[in-house]
Amino acid sequence: MTAATQAAVPSTGTARPPVLSIEGLSITYQTATPVHAVRDVSLELGRGEVLGLAGESGCGKSTLAYGVTRLLKPPAEVTAGSVEFHSREGYALDVMRMDGEELRQFRWSKISMVFQGAMNSLNPVKKVRDQLDDVLTTHRPGMSKAQRRTLCGELLERVGVERNRLTAYPHELSGGMRQRVMIAMAMALDPQVMIMDEPTTALDVVVQREILQEIARLRDELGFAVMFITHDLPLLLEISDRIAVMREGRVVELADALTLYTTPQHEYTRTLLSSFPSLTGDRGGFVRHGSRAVPAGATTGHDAEEERA
Amino acid sequence: MTTLEVRDVTKVYKLRSGFRSADLRAVDGVSFRLEPGRTTALVGQSGSGKSTIAKMLMHLERPTSGQILVDGAPVGRGRRAEVAYRSQVQMVFQDPFGSLNPYHSVGHHLERPVRLHHPRLGDTEVRERVLALLRRVRLDPAEDYAQRRPHELSGGQRQRVAIARALAPEPGILVADEPVSMLDVSIRLGVLNLLASLQEEDDLGVLYITHDLATARHFSDEILVMHRGTIVERGPADDVILRPQHDYTKTLRAASPDPERRLAELS
Repeated sequence: MTAATQAAVPSTGTARPPVLSIEGLSITYQTATPVHAVRDVSLELGRGEVLGLAGESGCGKSTLAYGVTRLLKPPAEVTAGSVEFHSREGYALDVMRMDGEELRQFRWSKISMVFQGAMNSLNPVKKVRDQLDDVLTTHRPGMSKAQRRTLCGELLERVGVERNRLTAYPHELSGGMRQRVMIAMAMALDPQVMIMDEPTTALDVVVQREILQEIARLRDELGFAVMFITHDLPLLLEISDRIAVMREGRVVELADALTLYTTPQHEYTRTLLSSFPSLTGDRGGFVRHGSRAVPAGATTGHDAEEERA
Repeated sequence: MTTLEVRDVTKVYKLRSGFRSADLRAVDGVSFRLEPGRTTALVGQSGSGKSTIAKMLMHLERPTSGQILVDGAPVGRGRRAEVAYRSQVQMVFQDPFGSLNPYHSVGHHLERPVRLHHPRLGDTEVRERVLALLRRVRLDPAEDYAQRRPHELSGGQRQRVAIARALAPEPGILVADEPVSMLDVSIRLGVLNLLASLQEEDDLGVLYITHDLATARHFSDEILVMHRGTIVERGPADDVILRPQHDYTKTLRAASPDPERRLAELS
């Protein structure tokens, strides 16, 4: 994949057949002063691909994810663009046109989502089993109780949680385990796309690493595509095939991980890259040359860049 | 100029379930020194005892055994000793959204510690100090920021207010418990740089508690690696990160995002 994308013109396409194509999507929050959260975004997600979506808070990356899954509520409004889902059975669905029953069936079974702060999105007064079961009773009404039981157990084991934790309440699980339960739930219906919105931000590094490895393993095994949203660029560089950098609602750069890291084209990508201290790289004059004043309101990535120069 | 010494400190929590009780050794025989102008990083996973150490340093918990010494002398008991101690050791908390009171203005947040620790100052002097503090953390125009309430500030600005508040009593030691982990990545460096420059100006001793090895390495002189209540490895920042000796440090290091490693795989 990297061979085809040499430095000069960063490739925006993907070698894989697309599973989700977003065309010129714009989303506006219709408040007193309308906020254009997503502006004319076009992205293609390949089958089985991990696409990273990076950017600062407020850049519109979560709004984009909510738009794709049609989860936006007023005042948010999709003002332009289309989202097309190409199912593996060979038919395409226009996500923006769907409504009612069709939309309900589409959600979770075709595209599922792991939400930001997912570990707090479990219902505290219901057992893990009942919550997993709920997905199946809703979307797979034909399944017998026994079948559902076995499947719930299998799902948990798939994400590395013991089957006997099915009877646990969320407060009896650690943050990492709750996160795994949420991922298991997102995988329950064998979706073709999983959208993960900052799935590991609240976890410490060791647990985060375990979960990322789990996601990578499951992706290889089951072949779903992942749209991974985070502001942690070093993390994205490690796990994604391609990375889209967003700023003020626009995708300013889209390239495969290697190209983005070695030859970033856009000024903002460079700023973002330079605002991360490297774990093993040059210590340089990065931090701790503290006597330099940080002007109020200045973007700090810029500062860091100046200091480096 | 303050030196803080933690000498063989242990904290045991009693866990009760029914009639049985068990001991949890949250911190087990930890010793280190915080010296003026130096930053010591304390790294480890959640549950390793990092925050328990911070709590003991702030006198929010009492050590089960061991001593905390300021400039070589143990801290006395009673209110006066406590006030004196707090004017020397201050803390910046992790969550700038939770550590500021939404009902009070920024100015009020800074005025209180200034009055408490300098009771003889008049109103104008207090006001001047508050504005000077805001300017020190680069919140300029200070008059404008002093009137604002926390919800009118961004996360980075709030954390600057929290830093200004910690500096109000003119401490010699600053404990920063994950000061940037709640902030957006792109503004983290700015806040860390600010802390570093304030440290230089005041010759502060800083304890930087974090699980982010990359900033720990760039921001500190010495790193202590904590695992299950004990310090398993310590040394100069670069040595600990680049040439880790203990298995646990290696685990932490391997778990941290490192684009260079992926780069090596891809090319």
